Amino acid sequence: MKFAILVNEDPFGHQAAQSALSFAQAVLASGHELVRVFFYMGGVYNANRLASPPMEDRNIVREWAELAAKDGVDLVICIAAGVARGVREANLAPGFRISGIGQLVEAAVIADRLITFGA
Amino acid sequence: MRRKSFLFVNRKAPYGAGRAAEALEAALVAASLGQEVHLAYLDDGVFQLLAGQEPARLGRRDFTASLQELGEYDIDHVWVDGQSLRERGLTPADLLVAATLLDRAAMAELMAGMDVVVSI
Amino acid sequence: MGPLHTVNKSPFAGPALDSCLGHLTEGAALLLIEDGVYAAVADSAAAAKLAMAAGRYAIYALGPDLAARGLGKASLLDGIMVIDYLGFVDLAVRHSTVQAWL
Repeated sequence: MKFAILVNEDPFGHQAAQSALSFAQAVLASGHELVRVFFYMGGVYNANRLASPPMEDRNIVREWAELAAKDGVDLVICIAAGVARGVREANLAPGFRISGIGQLVEAAVIADRLITFGA
Repeated sequence: MRRKSFLFVNRKAPYGAGRAAEALEAALVAASLGQEVHLAYLDDGVFQLLAGQEPARLGRRDFTASLQELGEYDIDHVWVDGQSLRERGLTPADLLVAATLLDRAAMAELMAGMDVVVSI
Repeated sequence: MGPLHTVNKSPFAGPALDSCLGHLTEGAALLLIEDGVYAAVADSAAAAKLAMAAGRYAIYALGPDLAARGLGKASLLDGIMVIDYLGFVDLAVRHSTVQAWL
């Protein structure tokens, strides 16, 4: 089955991004397809290459990047939300790309399920 | 692109921690891509529809302007939970859009019948 | 199968759980995640509401979120099924949509 995920929150202010990441990893571990993860609003901070969380915390930005590298998951941040929050090409983590909300809509149309994680 | 039914569920008041503008923006994009778009307002989300808002007072762009132009995006389905409205001392006359009031059971059926439910 | 509903708020923090319970339909299921799992504790004020729904709908709680909050060994309301993320994925597969009560 094809899944798409929407992430609305940054990795530091709310558990949503961690939940989304764990869910994404479980989708792949179950042998399903993850067609796209779309990061909206504060979710764009998941793509900030300059983030360095304390050692004992999970490095969410890096784990997303690994999903893209190993499993080819399409990670897309909303361009308007990114520009507003200072997440752009210059500090975009590997594996992510920048595009519009149309990518969220398209992902929801292609996928059999859209799962939202937010505050 | 295939056409699906999308329900955008709005349950938050618009300014404190609200995402009214972002939810609406996503709905408008979905509509412009030919999707069947429904907007549902319940709990504190009904405050998003209150007439007379002045977002400029907080230095915010006016998302209510888009709400008044939904017809231009072919969004004809605006659903409001009647109980949420009553609990907050509001009536349909207080709203800035023509919305259809639903009871809990009808809203639940609407939600269950959608292809995609988006919460923002 | 009907929708899978997820609630991620403590039942003491707002109306998310109440509102969700009011919108369950035939074949729907409820999954408590993040702070939503606090509703699963047996004998809490929220458990009474959940108990009413538990007779008609399948109710789940996410194990890692319970454990992180010190509820891994807590006594939970009868009928609540504890699942992991693989179980969450499986539930999403088996239900028509997934609706998050944010």
